[in-house]
Amino acid sequence: MTTIAETAARRRHAGRTRLSAKHREWIAGYLFVLPDALGLLVFLGVPMALSLVLSVYEVNGFGGYSFVGAKNYLRMWNDPLFWKGAKVTALYAVMLVPLLYVCGLGLALLVQRTDRFNAVMRSMFFAPHMVSLVVVALVWQFMVVDKIGVISKLTAALGIGGFSFLGDPNFALITIVLVSVWFLMGFYMLIFLGGLQDIPRQYYEAAMIDGAGAIARFWFITLPLLKPTSFFVIMVSMVAAVAGAQAFDIIYVMTKGGPANATSVLIVYIYQQAFGFGAFGYAAAMASILVVALMIVTALFFALTRGGRFHHEQ
Amino acid sequence: MSSKRPQPYFSRSQVTLVRGLWMVVTAILAFMTLFPLLWMVSIAFKPAAESFSSNLIPQSPTLDNFIYVLTGVPFIRYMVNSFFVSATVTIVALFFHTMAGYALARLRFPGREVMFLSIFSTFLVSLPVIIVPLFVIVKAMGMLNSYAGLIIPAIFNAFGIFLLRQYYLSLPKEIEEAARIDGAGYWRIYWSVILPLSRPIMSALAILFFLANWNSFLWPLTITSDPNLWVVQLGIANFKSQYSASWNYMMAASTIVAIPTLILFVIFQRQIMDSLKTSGLK
Repeated sequence: MTTIAETAARRRHAGRTRLSAKHREWIAGYLFVLPDALGLLVFLGVPMALSLVLSVYEVNGFGGYSFVGAKNYLRMWNDPLFWKGAKVTALYAVMLVPLLYVCGLGLALLVQRTDRFNAVMRSMFFAPHMVSLVVVALVWQFMVVDKIGVISKLTAALGIGGFSFLGDPNFALITIVLVSVWFLMGFYMLIFLGGLQDIPRQYYEAAMIDGAGAIARFWFITLPLLKPTSFFVIMVSMVAAVAGAQAFDIIYVMTKGGPANATSVLIVYIYQQAFGFGAFGYAAAMASILVVALMIVTALFFALTRGGRFHHEQ
Repeated sequence: MSSKRPQPYFSRSQVTLVRGLWMVVTAILAFMTLFPLLWMVSIAFKPAAESFSSNLIPQSPTLDNFIYVLTGVPFIRYMVNSFFVSATVTIVALFFHTMAGYALARLRFPGREVMFLSIFSTFLVSLPVIIVPLFVIVKAMGMLNSYAGLIIPAIFNAFGIFLLRQYYLSLPKEIEEAARIDGAGYWRIYWSVILPLSRPIMSALAILFFLANWNSFLWPLTITSDPNLWVVQLGIANFKSQYSASWNYMMAASTIVAIPTLILFVIFQRQIMDSLKTSGLK
């Protein structure tokens, strides 16, 4: 028989251990997160803040810092190459984002069925994404060498040749965009495949019974139900276009921003200012503005699409 | 009247025809996608005189390009550097990220959600936009031109933490209970219950981390000027400025750098593609 006193005592005891157990859980939680939290703070958080600080300083050749206020920002305003970089960045994004969307979705639809054949095809479409960007840049540069590169010869044979893929300021950025698409499309294909998987088959079956053709099914079922995926894809590809490593690596290796600054996206121009001319303060100021612009664009996109939560009939 | 009866079914031969055409188109596109890589390998086996000939299969295949790249330049040294850096980053990152992912998913403590959201928000921060201040910090820490400088900043990224947290959230609650009844502390639970259960996702992440580091260019370019510390990506990029006309050497070097990643991909394609697919939405 258990007395009330005993029960109360046990409950008190249990209560006490639960309290200390709770604190132990807290401490364990903090300790487990600590290494990553500290690392992310030092190597991501602090640099973000430091970027703003650096942007109001000027660094001389000996590593001495002097406060210059808004001078770097004024210099930016008056620097035609900064504006050129902003324009090239915007152009690159405006071409890359829709192309990636179409190619990613197109490939996903092409290999959507799950069978052996499509599994192999998916891997082939994805393979370029596994190759380093330096290699990607070198291989493409080799293929578009003026007149004798294999693609230059092919386009010449098709009667659309005669121009220089990387030497002509009118084509260089387009070439860079196409190489970027080739490298990135497999990744977006995977994201779209994930989205397509989540669409219930019954919708298509019902539509087929109602006599909807392939185009109608795509337009009224696939596209609307892919809206969350589309949101994610556009968001991520936009960030990749403006600040992604793929743009930097490809451009740095293939053209270094040339010819005539036609491919000088801001992240390349920032890098050259910092590590070519030692203008750390100026580079940090441009990077800060780039981040702010990117935040405004993504926030606008987020607001316009209500965070990807579109209303649709279930 | 049923004059507008839907006809969702096609005859057998029609279906076969459409599917056959579909497969042909897919295969042609896939071949076009792979073509640049095949071309790279092809040139790597061609003698210099044949570099710009239009045939995919070399007429007189040779290993000279590979031999030159592996002996004429310290390419093996670059590969060893790359391997050492990538492997170290991968091991340490997996260790730290599983710890953080476990705590963020399965332990309760004040500030957990705030912490998770701040980690999550660093998703949008890419290296090119913080390269200048990051360089300043790493230089101030005395890690310029050192393995530590190559390795330590590369360890921390939100992607791995995020994927592991999602994975741990999906595990059933009961798994820790038996251990807890036995009086195991949190470290024991993490080490002998959670880690063994994470093997599938850890192998996928290990491959992704290794590849990402093997392929990374911008950070090594910024942090190392000493050729003894160069990783392969710097090696081939520099190769280009030295031998700008020797495409056969460059393609051989590119092949050597790309082949390990492609082999890893062929072996682990399922895991790699599945883990990237879930990164999108879940």
